[in-house]
Amino acid sequence: MTLTKKPEARPARASWGLASRGAPWEYAPAPEATDHIRIEPEYGLFIGNRFTPSKPRRTFTVINPATEERLAKVAHASKADVNRAVTTAREAHRSSWSKLSGRDRAKYLYRIARILQERSREFAVVESLNSGKPIKESRDVDVPLAAAHFFYYAGWADKLDYAFPNRQPRSLGVAAQIIPWNFPLLMLAWKIAPALAAGNTVVLKPASTTPLTAYLFADVVKQADLPPGVVNIITGPGEIGMELVRHPDVRKVAFTGSTAVGKMIARAVAGSDKKVTLELGGKAANIVFDDAPLDQAIEGIINGIYFNQGEVCCAGSRLFVQESVHEALIDKLKARLGTLRVGDPLDKNTDVGAINSAGQLAKVQELVQSGIDEGAEIFQPDCELPDRGFFFRPTLFTGVSQSHRIAQEEIFGPVLSVLTFRTPEEAIEKANNTPYGLSAGVWTEKGSRIFKMIAGMKAGVVWANTFNRFDPTSPFGGYKESGHGREGGLHGLGAYLDVSGNDTQAR
Amino acid sequence: MASRKPITATKARQQASVLAATKQQPLATTNGAKGRPERIEVRKTYKLYIGGAFPRTESGRAYEVLGARGEFLANASRGTRKDIRDAVRAARATQPEWASRTAYNRSQILYRIAELMEGRRDQFVAEVSAAEGAGRARSIRLVDAAIDRWVWYAGWADKYPQMIGTVNPVAGSYFNFSVPEPTGVVGIIAPEASSLLGLVSRLAPVVVSGNAAVVIASESRPLPAVTLAEVLATSDVPGGVVNLVTGLRRELVGHLAAHMDVNALDAFGAAPAESAALEEASVENVKRFVRPPRAGLERYDWLSERAQSPYLIGDFVEIKTVWHPIGA
Repeated sequence: MTLTKKPEARPARASWGLASRGAPWEYAPAPEATDHIRIEPEYGLFIGNRFTPSKPRRTFTVINPATEERLAKVAHASKADVNRAVTTAREAHRSSWSKLSGRDRAKYLYRIARILQERSREFAVVESLNSGKPIKESRDVDVPLAAAHFFYYAGWADKLDYAFPNRQPRSLGVAAQIIPWNFPLLMLAWKIAPALAAGNTVVLKPASTTPLTAYLFADVVKQADLPPGVVNIITGPGEIGMELVRHPDVRKVAFTGSTAVGKMIARAVAGSDKKVTLELGGKAANIVFDDAPLDQAIEGIINGIYFNQGEVCCAGSRLFVQESVHEALIDKLKARLGTLRVGDPLDKNTDVGAINSAGQLAKVQELVQSGIDEGAEIFQPDCELPDRGFFFRPTLFTGVSQSHRIAQEEIFGPVLSVLTFRTPEEAIEKANNTPYGLSAGVWTEKGSRIFKMIAGMKAGVVWANTFNRFDPTSPFGGYKESGHGREGGLHGLGAYLDVSGNDTQAR
Repeated sequence: MASRKPITATKARQQASVLAATKQQPLATTNGAKGRPERIEVRKTYKLYIGGAFPRTESGRAYEVLGARGEFLANASRGTRKDIRDAVRAARATQPEWASRTAYNRSQILYRIAELMEGRRDQFVAEVSAAEGAGRARSIRLVDAAIDRWVWYAGWADKYPQMIGTVNPVAGSYFNFSVPEPTGVVGIIAPEASSLLGLVSRLAPVVVSGNAAVVIASESRPLPAVTLAEVLATSDVPGGVVNLVTGLRRELVGHLAAHMDVNALDAFGAAPAESAALEEASVENVKRFVRPPRAGLERYDWLSERAQSPYLIGDFVEIKTVWHPIGA
């Protein structure tokens, strides 16, 4: 199977339309090798440390969004498969995992972290093939952070009593975990690492477009000799995820994805005693004051919205620029946009890869059209896009008003809406004018102003003079309709434990 | 909790008052060897508490509150959806100001609540006794525990952030920390049976961090809650930080759960049977939702030390993580 387009099949490099700004950036193609990658033609469900076909046997096709070529077929789980996976996980919790000492759980998690590091390039390549994200991001961000999450939570496994003093924390049981397609392996790590450290077993459902690194991770589970049933991975459409959430033996539900689906899940668990964490959508404000170091801010803005094609729940999709620097900043931003290299995700020079699916591309296109229709002014660099695959030009809208759909709705694509403000108070009010509250950014050299902005913004993560930074020690999660609960750090651990302590009457 | 009957003037006249109903002990309004009232007492009108004022319900309706022995105690306001909305608006308006107070200041104000309750201790004992049918000794314990609970949470105001907040050693040149912030406006369905201690046990951990609360009082035992509101009104708690609506719970709880400007709902005091519907109603704006214990609250021991915890404060805060580069 050809995993990438041959170099000669690559589109001619774009001129970037930058003749007036000097010579365009020239880069020779630098595709990452794929000959060391083995993708099976078909993957069954991973239950009890074995790959088994779904019953009845059904599959669906997984493609490479950059080429639209088939990568593999994966099992389409049925309701009975969900039951089989949950039952296996419950049994593993009862018979093995909950009986292991924290020290031994830690050792398994350390093993996983090490194996992910050893096989890091393989994971990065498969991730880029399946998700469309640039190899430099999967290689330098997704995979190292995934390994770091396992390493971090490994260390908690035998220290739970210190994490929650006076609480005698206990594992919950089976955790149902549903993750999105934007960071397939990293979200898997965010979910599985704290769950296992806390002593739970898991049934994980990756997004149906991006299951391959999850099934590759199943191989890591086997290499690490985890007791069978501790980690189970099933694939299928959203309804299968809902079946998983509803299963009566599930004790914990963790979901990352859209706010609409998050609400469906929250309704499905209402009235149960399942513990729930939700990481939902966002519409982050990235606020630039006139005293900010503009060149540095430009890099932060670019990273904030074009990182991972903007398919990031915490993307800085609303840029608020103080009026006095608006013109200067937009000029710089447009110039910088012209230097972004859009194309083959496996090319080491690529900045913006492929949108994850045809459906997502259509959604981005529809929202961009709404921006044009509602009167905002669009700017796109005139780069050429590959003739196949789901690509979209990095896009910038100026003249955006608060009521425009592109200022209200989560686009989940490489589309930046620029608005302006005059005073810090106005910036805070506009930034908070959204049902979301996941993240925010602020750029200024004035320290006291940074803290005023931090305090004023209803957002779970605030990046000051930086953007889109992540770390396993650092709690991440939203205010308002961006969800509840935190992932990462001590707070992320608590989400997987019963910490009602000795207050048995409150259970 | 069925305490509603059509109100008739004759019946009201026939019934003893709140204070006279507590026969276990002589009260300030009684005098003489036979405990006969020396004068016709001046009764209190029990109203709502919204935005620091005591309005009547916009419905103009009332319902009859009976004591544990079935005697008439008072007419309580039968609050409505509109009252809930007014209360949420008052809470939203005040919350940022309350949250911006220093922790030291909120600590002192919570302590002040305890001071003022102490001064009204006999009144609370009489009201709790009448409402819950508890003997004098137990009523004293319940009231004392409620007062002490404010003192306990007052002490947490400037300490819980150090317990719940973290400095995060990220693998990079960034200063990174996580701090708790109040969630915003929190709805509280007060426990039905424990009229004062149960309410205080749920209310104190909500407001100590800087949240504003909209409380639906116990339906059958609302009077101690209204008296608590009078204490709050005179204890430096800004108006609107605590809002109290009395009435028929089935007419109120759903509106509070579904209100789009309420950030969290403490349904710990709700009946387990009504909890699922409340949780579903609270999803539309992704409210933080605290469920009632599975077994209900009938045997819940509010006097226990376990009924107070800094982790309860944590149920109604958001964790905000901040990143800043380290460099020259």
